[in-house]
Order: sequence, then structure tokens, then C-alpha cells
Amino acid sequence: MKTSFLPMVSAVLFSIGAIGVLIRRNAIVILMCIELMLNAVNLTFAAYAYEFRSMTGHIFIFFVMTVAAAEAAVGLGIVIAVFRRNRSSDVDDVNLMRW
Amino acid sequence: MEMILINGVAFVAIFAALMVVFHRNPMVSIIFLIINLVCVALFFLFLQAQFLFAIQLVVYAGAIMVLFLFVVMLLNLRHEEETRPGGRIQWTLALVGGIGLVGLLWRSLRGRLAGPGATLGGFPDRFGNVEEIGRLLFGDYLLAFEASSALLVVAMIGAVILARRNES
Amino acid sequence: MDPALLQQVVEAGTKVALVVGMVMGAVTYMTWVERRVSAWIQDRIGPNRVGPAGLLQPIADGIKFLFKEDIVPPHVFKPLYILAPALSFVPALLGSAVVPFGDSIHLFGRDIPLRVADLNVGILFIFALSAMGVYGIALAGWSSNNKYSLMGGLRSSAQLISYELAMSLSVVGVLMAAGSLRLNEIVMAQGELWRWNVFTQPFGALIFMTAALAETNRLPFDLPECETELVAGYHTEYSSMKFAMFMMAEYANMVTASALMVTLFFGGWQVPGLASLRLPALAVSLIQVAAFCLKVGFFLFLYVWVRWTLPRFRFDQLMDLGWKVLFPLALVNIFWVSWLILKGWI
Repeated sequence: MKTSFLPMVSAVLFSIGAIGVLIRRNAIVILMCIELMLNAVNLTFAAYAYEFRSMTGHIFIFFVMTVAAAEAAVGLGIVIAVFRRNRSSDVDDVNLMRW
Repeated sequence: MEMILINGVAFVAIFAALMVVFHRNPMVSIIFLIINLVCVALFFLFLQAQFLFAIQLVVYAGAIMVLFLFVVMLLNLRHEEETRPGGRIQWTLALVGGIGLVGLLWRSLRGRLAGPGATLGGFPDRFGNVEEIGRLLFGDYLLAFEASSALLVVAMIGAVILARRNES
Repeated sequence: MDPALLQQVVEAGTKVALVVGMVMGAVTYMTWVERRVSAWIQDRIGPNRVGPAGLLQPIADGIKFLFKEDIVPPHVFKPLYILAPALSFVPALLGSAVVPFGDSIHLFGRDIPLRVADLNVGILFIFALSAMGVYGIALAGWSSNNKYSLMGGLRSSAQLISYELAMSLSVVGVLMAAGSLRLNEIVMAQGELWRWNVFTQPFGALIFMTAALAETNRLPFDLPECETELVAGYHTEYSSMKFAMFMMAEYANMVTASALMVTLFFGGWQVPGLASLRLPALAVSLIQVAAFCLKVGFFLFLYVWVRWTLPRFRFDQLMDLGWKVLFPLALVNIFWVSWLILKGWI
């Protein structure tokens, strides 16, 4: 099965996620775009694992998922804590340490 | 036949990713991200990674996204506010940068994979199965496995403490 | 199309039609069973007018639902409001794809395995589907734009993900004993009667049964949807066919959970003592399928029996039970099974 276009798909998904992180101001949507980027990376690992017939790629994906879950949980905890203070989830309002 | 399916799934995944980024309602973004995660899970299934297919659905689409859903529901987030001054420049720069990133990645990834006629040998027995992943996790990668369990405990404690109300 | 592919498609299509037909038939007649058994428990009669002993009642109910006015309230978030029943119903039906309802039948010169799909990660597929089924309820609650629905949806989602944990851990004991995730191999590893998992890991069976009750939102865990608490919980704003879809999804989940209970703990399609009778192979296969259906029927009856006997849990009692009682007990069960394997008794 010809899977040589899958790293391209993953590159497109990664760039879309990167654009999302740069453009959006809602903290939760930024976290979602980070998850999008992590998934694109997982797809690249899976495509190359299929290509080189090596299961090391799968193990990598397993650990990336673990880290993504931990990071999503902590990130959302931070968003909730910030929301309680600012009443908004806009990242532009987190500016107490600006000059 | 498989190629039609896999191309269709790729198309849906990219469309869903675009909707995640460019839709204004965060709840709709979550739904499209779930669709994207299911598409990636289907990719895993096509790439003989059956265990990862199930784990992607259980962990990513089934647990992490439920967490996002809860937070959006509890914080009652609606549409995003209008663009602030200077936002237009940021948009265009981000889009240009994004397209540049795609071009860069394509240039570096093109031609790295063996073509359709190359024979890299058949699949080892039980490729992508649970038994093989278990053998690798508890054999070659045991240290990473144990470290990730410590990571999860720390993340759990951190999330509970960060989201706790101050007892005042 | 070449004949081998055509044969595969016909075989798979027939099995899918059979399984979907059986599950939908079970769903439809569960409404009748529920009403008659609840009537029997409560010392009354139940529906007995429509057809003999009320057997045509589900058909009358179905026609009634079809003719009801389908109201979409103006204040709901329409895309998710219409999508949510489908999101609840599709994973419920898909779950019965991996359950083996027999060993294999020898027809037309070929051995046809009696399950729709034989995934390597069999039981994980069902957990994946129940994780996706959470969304139907959460989104129904949120999109209805109604405080009762939102509370019902949030409570139900919290309940579902808490009991998913206890359910998965109780199944780990079964997986250790069987050495494989494939459901058919789990059935075969249980051997004849005395090694059925319900006898070797009774706690595991009990935890799984309780968690399955909670996963299907059935009493005593049905706080998110009962009529006396939150108006009607997450399906307050739904009417006619969409409401019927939620009910059908609940019953289909019950059927899948009962089938899983039978497969994991009660020996699946095996019948003790059948091999010694030396019957022809076709008769053996059919008897095994019938035995499977009977066992699943018993567990469906058990679901209804428990519903009309026990009072429901309050939400904090429910969460306490899931996290503070079932989860540690499931871990103890894993230790117990490991000890049994170490001693060589499994």
C-alpha cells in the first residue's frame, strides 16, 4: 500500500496546528492546536514505522500520547486557574508581568 | 480500494484541522478536533498499528477531549471577541509562516520514503500487536515506561492542585 | 469482482445483517420484557392487549414514535442537538461487532467463524467505543441549552468515565488469565465449567457487572436520566425519534454489556458437557449459539430485575463507589489473579 503521501499529510496538519497557535487567542483553542501538532507527529512516526517495519515508532507514539495527556491535564488546570482570576480565557489578558 | 479510503480519510482530517483553527465557536472546534483524532486513529489502522488505533480512541478521543469538553462547558465559553488592532498583521504573518513551514517540510520529506515498487521485506510476525508492544515496553523501554508512570502521577497531582479553589 | 472477494463480502454482509438484526430485535423486545417483568415484580400485569400477551406492543410503540411530532426547540444549538443521538447510537451498535456468538460453523464447505470482526485488540475496541459513546450524552446535555440537561449531561459523563476505569481494570484480570485480547481466545481459555472466570475471579465478575450497570446508565446508577431528579436529565429537550434513538442506544448498550459479561466471565458460547455427546458439527455449532443467546437473555433479565429492585444512588454516593470502592477492589482483583497464575492454578 502506497503510504508515501502520509508524511505530507502530517506536515500539513502540523502547519495548520502551528498557524492555530499563532492566530487564536482563546487559551483552550491554543491547547487544542497543540494537540493537533502532537497528532501530526504521531502520524509521521506511524508512517515511518510502517515503512521501515520497526515497532520502535509505535513505542514512541505510546509515549507521546502519555505526555500529551499529562500536558493537556495540567494545561487545562492552568486555564481554569487563570479563568477564575480574569473571568476570561483570552491569553492577551494574562499580562500582569508585562512592563 | 484501500487507496480511495485512505485518501478520503486524509481529506477529512485536513478539513477538520482547518475547521478547528478557523471556526469561532470553541465547542465546534472541539467536535472537529474529535473528528480529526478519529481520522488519525483510522490512519493507524491502515498502517497496521491496531493497538495504537484502540489506544488513540480510548485516550485521545475518549479521555483528553472529554476533559476539554468539560472545561469548555464549565467555563461556558462562547464566541471569541473581534480582532484587536494589529491582529490583521499577525494573521497574515502567521499564514505566510504556516505556508512556508509546509513548503519546508515537504521539501525535506519528499523522496525520503521508498517508492511503491521498493521491497523492504514483509512484516515481521505480529506487527502492531499488543503482544509485541508489551514485549518492547517491558523489555527494551522499561525505564521510559516507569518514568512515564511517574510523570502521570505528577501531572495528576499538579492538575488537582492547580484547579482547586482557594479556601478563603 | 473475483470470486474470493465476492465470497468474503457476502459472508461478512450476512453476518453483519444477522448481528444487527439480532441486536435490534433484542432492543425492541427488551421494552416488552422490561414492562412485563417489572409488572410481574410489582404484582400487576403489564401490557397484554396488543397481540398475544402484548407481544406486538413494541411495534405499536415504534409506530407511535414515528408519528410523533419532531420538535426542535428554537433555543438549542442545532448541529450538535441533531448529531448527539446518532453519536450515542452508533457506538452502541458497533460494539456487537467483535462479540463471538459461536465458535465456527461449517457451511458450504467452508469454516465460517461466528463473529463479525476478529480484531487483535478485541476488547479494547469495545472500550474505545464506550469512550466515544460518552460524547452523545455530553453533547446532548450541552446543546439543549437548558440547566437540567447540562447538569444531567455533565453528571452522566463524569459517571461514565469513572466507571470505565473500574470496568477496564476488572477486565485486566480476565486478560491475564487468557493471555490474549481476542474475545474468542478469551472464551476458549475458559475451558469447561470449573474454570469459567466467574469462579476463578468472582470479584472481577462482580466489579464488571456493577461497572457495566453504571456504563449503561441503568438503575441503580441512572441519576442523570431519571424522571424524578433532573426533569429528564440529558434527554429533556428531545422528542419522538431522537428520544427513541437515545432509548435504543441504551438498550443496545445493555445487550453489548450482557454479551461481554457472558463472553468474559461465563464461558461465552461454551456448553459444559457438550463434547461428550458426540453430536454432528452443525448441531454443536447451533447449540452453542443457542446457549450464548440464552446466557445473554439471562443477563438482560438480571438488568431488568436489578432495576426494579434497588433504589438509585445519589450522585456523590455514585462517584464514591466508583473511585473509592470499585477501583481499589479491581486492583486487589489483579493481585489475586496474578497470585493464581503464579501458583499455576489458572
